[in-house]
Amino acid sequence: MQLTYLEAISDGLRCALREDDRVFLLGEDIGVMGGAFKVTAGLLDEFGPERVIDTPISEEMIVGGAVGAAIVGMRPICEMQFADFVACGFDQIVNVAGKLHYRLELAAPIVIRLPCGGGVSGGPYHSANPEAWFLHAPGLKVVAPSTAEDAKGLLLAALADPNPVIFMEHKGLYRRVRGEVPEGPYETPFEARTVRDGDDLVVITYGAMVHAAAAAIEQLDGASVRLLDLRSLEPLDEEAILAAARECSKVVIVDEANYTCAIGAQVSALIAERAFEDLDGPIIRVATPDVPIPFAPELERAVLPSVERIRAAITELLAY
Amino acid sequence: MSTLPTTGAAEGTREGPYLELPDRVSLYRFMALQRAVEERGLSLYKQGRVPGSYYDGRGQEATCVGATYALNAADTVCPLIRDMGAHLVRGTTPLAILAHYLGRAGGVGRGRDGNVHLGEASRGVVGMTSMLADMVVVAAGMALAFKLRGEPRCSLAFFGDGATSVGDWHEAVNFAAIERLPLILVLELNGYAYSTPSAAQFPVHPLARATAYGIHGEPVDGNDVEAVFEVTRQARERALAGEGPTLIAAKTMRMHGHGAHDDARYVPAELLAKWEARDPLARQRGRLVELGVDVAAIDAAVAEEVAAAAQAALAMPAPDAASATVGVYAASEPTPLGRGEAPWSGFCS
Ligand SMILES: Cc1ncc(C[n+]2csc(CCOP(=O)(O)OP(=O)(O)O)c2C)c(N)n1
Ligand SMILES: [Mg+2]
Repeated sequence: MQLTYLEAISDGLRCALREDDRVFLLGEDIGVMGGAFKVTAGLLDEFGPERVIDTPISEEMIVGGAVGAAIVGMRPICEMQFADFVACGFDQIVNVAGKLHYRLELAAPIVIRLPCGGGVSGGPYHSANPEAWFLHAPGLKVVAPSTAEDAKGLLLAALADPNPVIFMEHKGLYRRVRGEVPEGPYETPFEARTVRDGDDLVVITYGAMVHAAAAAIEQLDGASVRLLDLRSLEPLDEEAILAAARECSKVVIVDEANYTCAIGAQVSALIAERAFEDLDGPIIRVATPDVPIPFAPELERAVLPSVERIRAAITELLAY
Repeated sequence: MSTLPTTGAAEGTREGPYLELPDRVSLYRFMALQRAVEERGLSLYKQGRVPGSYYDGRGQEATCVGATYALNAADTVCPLIRDMGAHLVRGTTPLAILAHYLGRAGGVGRGRDGNVHLGEASRGVVGMTSMLADMVVVAAGMALAFKLRGEPRCSLAFFGDGATSVGDWHEAVNFAAIERLPLILVLELNGYAYSTPSAAQFPVHPLARATAYGIHGEPVDGNDVEAVFEVTRQARERALAGEGPTLIAAKTMRMHGHGAHDDARYVPAELLAKWEARDPLARQRGRLVELGVDVAAIDAAVAEEVAAAAQAALAMPAPDAASATVGVYAASEPTPLGRGEAPWSGFCS
């Protein structure tokens, strides 16, 4: 079936709620309202208020409550209204959920959905890509789909995983991206995916930047440029990254997140440590500079990685 | 002596009294065990054998023992800093606790966490994080699961007066109140949060907060183990009847410094003297003596058990250094929290 990225996430939630009675949803305005972006629209009607729970505005309670329910056998899925608000639930994620298994041999199989990303004039509090916060904290997994099919498959894989998983869903892709999505449940592995093949250079990215990078590559003529979609940031598919770096010898890494300590920095370090001999040029990173995401479209466009910036980086490195 | 109800069955299984002589002895024994384990831990700490820092619950034994004793095996517990007695009631052994203090492989924390940060998941106990009030939220989450599944279980969280100033506490209590969760909240009013007196934590009576959140509030003498048992038993009945959370405000006193490093010179000597006279062990001992129980024999058995446990703990190996990086993630379908020991007779299974 053809679904938008948003519909694919909704379909994944519906599948999970139908298949597994341990699954329930926790979030703000996810019931009657169907969530700020309508991802949970219709779920209250189908599953009732005990499985689609509207909470007060209490992010620590949403996350920590999910942890508590999970350790006694439930499979909760939390929604943050915007990824930015996850900062208000940070302690329960990094200090409780993330450290639980190491300390207590107790697993917390929870999924936390983060509607993330810029490009919508959301300003400094409704545009964040905070995935790196969770990459640095032990015990968490982080996934970031770029397509409708992966959005549903990664969601269901996240739910099946016995660990806390941060699910980065990009608001800019919700209605812009559409694709063929299998019916019923299926799981997408936490591994990278080659979007298009090539061997002159590889662009490594994830989330919305997969589409920006694909557009940039389309605009080149002649060059054989590979595109690798990470899909999972933790675990990081190191073998796929190293194989691509070795085979292409030139690497451009794109993050929509702020530059410093973004996953691109980790990917860059990995390649420098383990594939240095295979490189034919410096690794080039394209990312949002270390600023809050500004509101005015002119300012926002000036900081988010654009198709033009990515194309310029590729062109520069190809000529190296 | 506290007045204990003599009629009215908790779960239709038996008429009162709820505490029979073996229970009253058990309550004393668990308090004595907590004190002995913690005293031994403290001396090991002072000898330099316990790494890191050291905390105990001296003077507060009645609150954690009495409350935990009122629980069912399937109920879950989130103990805090002063609540080693809760672990003991649920079945964690003095050996496992002492080995935990020492950071040994066979201790509860397997060397991964120390001092009061422990909890045996298999016994329905969730080990505390340091971040105060975190566990109140987790306890509310467990209670939510029990409610959603229609199980006759509750969860219980202990916390200090200082912890009630943290936002998480308010998020948890508010949510539990809205959802009428089967949650028991045990506030240990021990006068201080580290060096800060309670008056600098909240300007209202703590039970005013129960009223404000729309939940039941119950004051109790936190140094009377039978009284704490009784208010917790009632809170549990309310929780299982769908009447929502209860905030139990247990008045007690922290008799040691915040930790072994803290001489607590900020606590007036007269205050400590006043509370020394209200020692929870002495109170229960007095009751048992009156009932003709040989308390000295219990004390001797406890001392012997703890001495043997300390010896065994010291003989345990340190964790293998190679294990330090193992187990950050769960690799398989998780085992949910297990059932703890619930030594309280007949009413709970
Ligand atoms: C959120 C948070 N901030 C600071 C600390 C450091 N800290 C540990 S215990 C403590 C005092 C706790 O007081 P209270 O809650 O009254 O418990 P008590 O020690 O009296 O049992 C503080 C400030 C902490 N553990 N958590
Ligand atoms: Mg206190």
